[in-house]
Amino acid sequence: MRFSRTSKALGVAAVVAMALTACGGDTGNGGGSSAAGDTSKVITANSTEPQNGLLPANTNEVGGGRVMDLIFSGLVSYDAKGAIQNELAESIDTKDSQNYTIKIKSGETFSDGSAITAKNFVDAWNFGAAAKNTQLNSYFFESIKGYDKVSAEGSTEDKMEGLKVVDDNTFTVELAQPESDFPLRLGYTAFYPLPESAYTDVKAFGEAPVGNGPYKLVEGGWKHDVSVSLVPNEKYNGPRKAKNGGVTFTLYSSPDAAYTDVQSDNLDVLDQVPPSSLQNFTTDFEGRFVNQPYAGNATMTIPSYLPEFQGEEGQLRRAAISMAIDRQQIIDKIFYGNKKPAVDFTSPVIDGYDANLPGSEVLKFDAAKAKADWEAANKINPWPADKVFTITSNIDGAGNKEYITAMANQIATNLGIKAELNPIATFKQSRDLINSKKLTGASRAGWQADYPSLYNFLGPLYGTGAGSNDGDYSNPAFDAKLKEGLAATSVEEGNKLFNQAQEILLKDLPVVPLWYQAVQGVWSNNVSGVQFGWNGVPLYYEITAK
Amino acid sequence: MLMFTFRRFLQLIPVFFGATLLVYFLVFATPGDPIAALSGGKPMAPAVEAALRAQYNLDQPFWVQYGLYLKNLVTLNLGQTFSGQDVSAVIARAYPVTARLAIMALTFEAVFGILFGVIAGLRKGKFFDSTVLVASLVVIAVPTFVLGFVLQLVVGVKLGWARPTVSGSAPWNELILPALVLGLVSLAYVIRLTRTSVGENMNADYVRTATAKGLSRRRVVVVHILRNSLIPVVTFLGADLGSLMGGAIVTEGIFNVPGIGNLLYKAIQKGESATVVAVVGILVIVFVVANLVVDLLYAWLDPRIRYV
Repeated sequence: MRFSRTSKALGVAAVVAMALTACGGDTGNGGGSSAAGDTSKVITANSTEPQNGLLPANTNEVGGGRVMDLIFSGLVSYDAKGAIQNELAESIDTKDSQNYTIKIKSGETFSDGSAITAKNFVDAWNFGAAAKNTQLNSYFFESIKGYDKVSAEGSTEDKMEGLKVVDDNTFTVELAQPESDFPLRLGYTAFYPLPESAYTDVKAFGEAPVGNGPYKLVEGGWKHDVSVSLVPNEKYNGPRKAKNGGVTFTLYSSPDAAYTDVQSDNLDVLDQVPPSSLQNFTTDFEGRFVNQPYAGNATMTIPSYLPEFQGEEGQLRRAAISMAIDRQQIIDKIFYGNKKPAVDFTSPVIDGYDANLPGSEVLKFDAAKAKADWEAANKINPWPADKVFTITSNIDGAGNKEYITAMANQIATNLGIKAELNPIATFKQSRDLINSKKLTGASRAGWQADYPSLYNFLGPLYGTGAGSNDGDYSNPAFDAKLKEGLAATSVEEGNKLFNQAQEILLKDLPVVPLWYQAVQGVWSNNVSGVQFGWNGVPLYYEITAK
Repeated sequence: MLMFTFRRFLQLIPVFFGATLLVYFLVFATPGDPIAALSGGKPMAPAVEAALRAQYNLDQPFWVQYGLYLKNLVTLNLGQTFSGQDVSAVIARAYPVTARLAIMALTFEAVFGILFGVIAGLRKGKFFDSTVLVASLVVIAVPTFVLGFVLQLVVGVKLGWARPTVSGSAPWNELILPALVLGLVSLAYVIRLTRTSVGENMNADYVRTATAKGLSRRRVVVVHILRNSLIPVVTFLGADLGSLMGGAIVTEGIFNVPGIGNLLYKAIQKGESATVVAVVGILVIVFVVANLVVDLLYAWLDPRIRYV
């Protein structure tokens, strides 16, 4: 899911592109060192007010996501490294990557004691996809056959023909086309099952959901704008068994307040060190911090509809701009070294990541080559002397203004042109501008994966006509490679093809990858066993009190 | 006096409508599409987007939106937030917290402000007076967020005397620190106002008369000087109560107080007009009522002022 620094901090909508989060890979080695702790104590963690009722297909931001992922479990879940492990799934079988037979474990129940059957999944997915239920995550079901019918405007249908219940423990899924990474998606929030009781009063259910995850909501546990209290669900038998007596999320309106609370041991875990403390959190929390990459990156989109950035001229100019940026210098000076320069379009925590893709040298700083490429482009079509290369960005997210100004200065100096930040007051407003496709220059972008897969970094962003393809990039060769990758019969085979697709991107540079995001988290003296997962969220169930 | 009060309440009606219309328009005119922000820049199924737009009347022109809002208002329906909660319930949760914080801050600044102000006024030019003057100048000069962060760090984190943030139910004892921060700047103003006012009144004819009549120093100060000196102070406190009740966005943010200021800030960010207008509407009422109370207090403080 995409989100901006502000919205995460404020609990507002989930949103684009992190402003300031960083990287580095060094950790405070605190995670998982001390073994046995007090497993009966409740731990506290930071969060933001869930934006919507707690329904799987309507939760698309971190505040609700943290809670949902603990009180529900899907067919699979992701471990700390992002590898999938079976939760409720007994097996997920396919021969052609298009027709899946899913068997679920028998004897599993929701926290209220009702049995979990195949029907709970099928009904929940149908509910999430149907237009009449206006669920924000409905597009997650778009690969399933019949989605186009239930999602059409004004449609009253609510059953996708691709979903069929075979018996209590088996159902089949038919996709509209082969997609090899479909099983990887099944751990995402949108794919959780719902108990029968959910549909009688969906709104009331969203306030007090009954789930099947390692935790359950305390009765009246969601105190709006204040806290969300969870206790272990003793009916849960999956791999994420709770090692503490519960998790209470304290809802903060700013990470600064949360930071002081961890400093004074009033809060146990904070997964977002505020920008103001990035310089000193490693000393404030010696041995109690983590600084590791997660599945997100920052990029700069150069829209395909800009006349100067098309064809061969465009490729040269894009490469020139990319090589004119000294990523490491910006990371050191502005982010205090807390990020890592990007060498591809995905993230190092994703299975299949390749740091040495052919053509990736275009993402390395090389002022001389940049200048040469720019001059070569000018031979095809001269760059107007007074034209300014603008980079549009919202400046309500901390750090945006600083790094983009620095980047613009580097581009200006190394290419000998004018370049500047085009500041937009709010995220909302910048989104409007980008969606209108009327930019006259580049724009800030970024992506945080919904599920750990290379495809999730490529398809939704660069596929022709894809939902988040801000720059209107379109290349049939790239589309074909993606399709080939999706049709692959194994994830490994698919990854190889996706990386070949990336090689095409490295030539075309629809966006200029900048750096990989990293999570900076800290914890109090009262807990141990803190680990952060592939998506930058702590594994709350592994944390124990001292 | 009843007539006066009644007339003032009548004035409330145009003020209320004017303010809500203006605020509604401002939120409407804010650039950016709230529904696009709701989806977080992710694709949203077109049917879902259209349904959401219709649900919040965002597909209607401005006058229709405002008209529908007023129609709901008549039936005491304040509308819903984008997360589907009733705005009235959201405000009912946040308001008591802000009210508590405001009352504590106001009590703090009134009690200490008047006390220090009177002492300083009576001993003009002496050591206490100079100290208070310098201290209040410093407080006025330093922005609230600096005071807030410094006190939070020193008292909350380094010394550990109080929780650095306010927990969910916002009990009185945890609100002391934020109330201090919130009241500190006004305290400085109250001190200065009282001091000046007391200083002036000390040379007034009626004070000389009272002293000449042989009244005790205590009675002269409390009944004659103080009571007459309070008029500007009360005016200031009344206006201050209004702004304190409006929620202190900065202070509530620093101490994570789940009050009206935080609520308003978030609602503005989201472009959630129902919440913003409802909160501002309430603030307008609070302001008008606070000013009315101040006006009525004048008559009590100074018998020469009468309302008919």
